[in-house]
Amino acid sequence: MSTIIENKTKSITNTRFPSNDVMLDLNRLKKVYPTPKGDYVVLEDLNLQIRKEEFVTIIGHSGCGKTTMLSMIAGLNPISGGNISVLGKHIKGPGPDRGVIFQAPSLMPWMTALQNVMLGVNQVFSHATKGQRNDIAKYYLQKVGLEEAFNKRASELSQGMQQRVGIARAFAIKPKVLLLDEPFGMLDSLTRGELQDILIEIWNKEKITAVMITHDVDEAIFLADRVVMMTSGPKAKIGDVLDIDFERPRTRKSVLEHDDYYKYRKHLIDFLEH
Amino acid sequence: MKQSLTLGKVTKFVGLGFFVTFKDLFTGKLSKEDFRMFLRKTIVPVASVFLFIGLWHMGAKALYNIEADFRIEKALKDQGQAAADATASCIASGDKTCQPNTLPSPTQVWGSFQSLLRDHKLINDSKEAFALKVGSLNAKNEEFNRVNATKIAEGIIAKKEAIVYTGRASFVDQIIRSLKTVFAGFLLALIIAVPLGIFIGLSPTLKSSFNWFIQIFKPVSPVVWYLLVFMIVKTLLIGSSEDSSFTISFISVGLCSMWATLVNTAMGVSSVDKDYINVAKVLKLGNFQKIFKVVLPSSLPLIFTGLKITLSVAWMVLIAIELLAQSPGLGLFVWEEFQNGANDSNAKIIVAMFVIGIIGFLLDRLMLTIQNWVSFDKTEAI
Repeated sequence: MSTIIENKTKSITNTRFPSNDVMLDLNRLKKVYPTPKGDYVVLEDLNLQIRKEEFVTIIGHSGCGKTTMLSMIAGLNPISGGNISVLGKHIKGPGPDRGVIFQAPSLMPWMTALQNVMLGVNQVFSHATKGQRNDIAKYYLQKVGLEEAFNKRASELSQGMQQRVGIARAFAIKPKVLLLDEPFGMLDSLTRGELQDILIEIWNKEKITAVMITHDVDEAIFLADRVVMMTSGPKAKIGDVLDIDFERPRTRKSVLEHDDYYKYRKHLIDFLEH
Repeated sequence: MKQSLTLGKVTKFVGLGFFVTFKDLFTGKLSKEDFRMFLRKTIVPVASVFLFIGLWHMGAKALYNIEADFRIEKALKDQGQAAADATASCIASGDKTCQPNTLPSPTQVWGSFQSLLRDHKLINDSKEAFALKVGSLNAKNEEFNRVNATKIAEGIIAKKEAIVYTGRASFVDQIIRSLKTVFAGFLLALIIAVPLGIFIGLSPTLKSSFNWFIQIFKPVSPVVWYLLVFMIVKTLLIGSSEDSSFTISFISVGLCSMWATLVNTAMGVSSVDKDYINVAKVLKLGNFQKIFKVVLPSSLPLIFTGLKITLSVAWMVLIAIELLAQSPGLGLFVWEEFQNGANDSNAKIIVAMFVIGIIGFLLDRLMLTIQNWVSFDKTEAI
């Protein structure tokens, strides 16, 4: 059984999609950190294509280079070899076409929730009137359930609320690709569930291509169209890819009750344990 | 900011929260826990003040006795028994001419404080009388200057100067003058150190090129700063009859005290949370936006810590610099009293010491209040 899946997934990892369908393309990506003892190769020959309107989650052991890969896509970490392209164009440094939701909410604590979202909106929609920009920011804050907290300072909000603002900020600038670096890793499981629901609800509306790192197998299955498994470093690459064929929109209940759920789950856990 | 502004909030905000417990004591709102707090925050400090005054009183008395015994002994040795008796009775009688000159007692200091206030009132009265006397004459002179403005500009007629009071400055005048000097110096430090600190913090190149400069000039003593400023200002103001002592002293105070702000600002700016910088990068904020929306607000707490240190250093070095620059103020007051050697000079010096200390404390509280006001970081700074 497992060999069948392996053979099947082997072919998936190597699949090339038609180029007009690809949003994000990582091509022979390499990352090297020079150390006094010689070069440390974090990623090598990493190939990954992500289609438009696709939600991909990435799992792998701690320190395998997931975050390095994501920050390279964001443009925050220089590329050592290979290239990354968005809609066929090679990226050069960071930009608002790739929104990031960081692990820590990373809000400016001296600004209100609204000001934090406006910081990005002002930048991206600089041609719009102030009223329009305000409406955009308020719309997304409402979407994440913060209509009561527009004018609260970020430092007065709970961790979960702050991450909601982080989600609103990322969606409000209407990026082509959304990058999420374990955005719920610091939250308790109840809050995490709430935020997953909020995230998937907005995502169903906006259908922004998303790449999300997570440590949580259930989260990976619940949110994703495909789960990408990375091998342990050094020289990490894509180890396996698993298609999640649940219908959208999904509810937590329907996913948990689905016949394939435990098959998917076992597959992921088997990969992580080897 | 919709919450009502109560006395409690205000006093806590400026760091004088214990007043509230004091108020609650009389309105009967205190629980047992609060009472313990009250003991710790109010009773104990007050008791320690009394203890301090008591120890001071005893110390002063002991020193007084040592000095008195020495004088009597000396009279006995040099001039015999009769002279010794005369000295002893003179000291005992409290005659001003033969009082031992040593650490004054709290009572003497309090007396001097009151006499300084009386002196201030006297000088104020005489100033008012003077103003009344020369008021009409000054007005006339001004009128004359206005009418003949063109001729004065052409140099045909000499301008008539207003007559100003040139009498002795009172203690309070000197305090005000000192505060002016310190604020001028503080502003100078702020204007130089904050922008420079921001540039140094933003650019590693500037940082390494300025580092030696900061490391070498930071520990230089106020006296040397004064001499340096004196050399420069003296040459710049050559030929001018203006009194440069104020200029020299405030520039020296500023240069001497600005280092804390410079170092703290540079550190605050260069150590902005990496997450915030990443957000700014992802959003592609321009340099202006990045500095004013992200970097500066985030480094405000450290900048203010620097400014607080700067203000307290400025106040501390002011005394030495005023003394050297002969610029009227508390420093000069202390020096003149010391040189004067009058009977109550020592007590006046101690009064000045307390005034300097209390003003320094109030300045520190003032900065803390402003810091609480502008900073996002609401954890109580000390």
